[in-house]
Amino acid sequence: MIPRFLALIIALVFASAAAAETLRMAVTTSFDNSGLSDVLLPAIERDIGLEVQLLVVGTGQALRLGEAGDVDAILVHSRAAEEAFVEAGYGTHRREIMYNDFVLIGPLSDPASVALAGSVRDALGRIAREEPAFVSRGDDSGTHKRELALWQEADFDAAGFGSWYREVGAGMGASLNTAAGLDAYILADRASWLNFGNKAGLTLLYAGDPALFNQYAFLPVNPERHDHVRADLSAQLEDWLTGPRAKELIDGYMIDGETLFTFNAEVE
Amino acid sequence: MNDIYDGLHAAFWLVVTLDAQLIEISLRSLQVSLTALVIASAIALPLGTFLAIRRFRLRRLTISLLNALMGLPPVVVGLIVYILLSRSGPFGVLGLLFTPTAMIIAQVIIITPLIASITHQAMRELWAEYHDLLISLNTSGGQRVRTLIWDGRRTLLTAALAGFGRAIGEVGAIMIVGGNIDNATRVLTTAIALETGKGDFALALALGFVLIALAIGVNIAIHWLSRTESEGRW
Repeated sequence: MIPRFLALIIALVFASAAAAETLRMAVTTSFDNSGLSDVLLPAIERDIGLEVQLLVVGTGQALRLGEAGDVDAILVHSRAAEEAFVEAGYGTHRREIMYNDFVLIGPLSDPASVALAGSVRDALGRIAREEPAFVSRGDDSGTHKRELALWQEADFDAAGFGSWYREVGAGMGASLNTAAGLDAYILADRASWLNFGNKAGLTLLYAGDPALFNQYAFLPVNPERHDHVRADLSAQLEDWLTGPRAKELIDGYMIDGETLFTFNAEVE
Repeated sequence: MNDIYDGLHAAFWLVVTLDAQLIEISLRSLQVSLTALVIASAIALPLGTFLAIRRFRLRRLTISLLNALMGLPPVVVGLIVYILLSRSGPFGVLGLLFTPTAMIIAQVIIITPLIASITHQAMRELWAEYHDLLISLNTSGGQRVRTLIWDGRRTLLTAALAGFGRAIGEVGAIMIVGGNIDNATRVLTTAIALETGKGDFALALALGFVLIALAIGVNIAIHWLSRTESEGRW
């Protein structure tokens, strides 16, 4: 009775142990929510026989996972935080892969007339004056950090805003759902917005300012800090991500006829 | 309302076409929660029974603690298990974080107090009935526990099913320790959270209906296998 019971437990626990080479990578929610991962991951598995397991988290948490050695590599979009990560020795280097841009989303009625803004500074100024509902990610992600930086550049202090400024502490999709429910303004990356299924009364109101440029970079975790980290596999992945096949797939990925990401890795 | 209709519709097609991904994550849900249930029951049933028949110091405190732990917030359990299993945590060398095993560990911690508490309540009443008999037969402690568990098996089944219900519907802890990795640790509840995040309510609801159906199916199957509610014995 007892041995059989133990055998059952062991069988259940190990039933799903995978045999292929696997690499764990922490990525930002936008990479996954945009649907690009569904295109790239199968291609990576076919081309170099590597199964990439994605942990979809905010940039802040992705960096924490890298620091703790719980992932082999990270793919995020917050330059200052990435450079600090490499500086502190947690990552070996930073390699730029692709970019897209941030966009300002808001209600169709556009009470703050953001659609008429001439720059992102102007757009945020209009929002701060009108004080319509504004949803902030509030989760220390790359998008959240950028939003705070944009407020600062426009000479506003987000911490001093009233109750119209709502920090939801959630991922991109969940925050967009909240914005849709509140008919609120929100800063989103273009890829997540285009792939979002519950647009309700929201629309894209402002885009195109160079300040909204959004660079994604790949950072392998430093194997000197954690010996179990598969530096060999992340090097393979980096080669693939910066190669011609990745360029073709990233540049060719479209939703409703719009390109979501632009490949800009420098080929060595 | 339309969303609910779309959800039912999508659920129907997912099931009819035997969607490969749906089957995979449903099986993983079952694998994780049933394993957690078996392990938790192996701990909780003897523990709850033991607490009912033995008097010792701190017994009252143990029971109150157990009852309080029934309401253990899954997110906190998830966070603690995460920190323990992280590569920089005390059990990091095992490399268990973001595997189904980590999810099983978290669920065992969540449901063991629940099963043990219900077991204790049921066994206390049964023990009052059996007390004189078992004492007069000069049985050992182990024999008493076994007798009570066997004769109280129907109530214990309810305890176990309550535990299973909590495990399979749980999302907070397994999201943190499992990481919701596609093809590795994605289960029904975390997939629902993910699809809701993408704004795909129809698919999220469809998965929700599948989850409910699965929970009902397991309950019926266990009742049928243990032949409760059959003629002449209810």
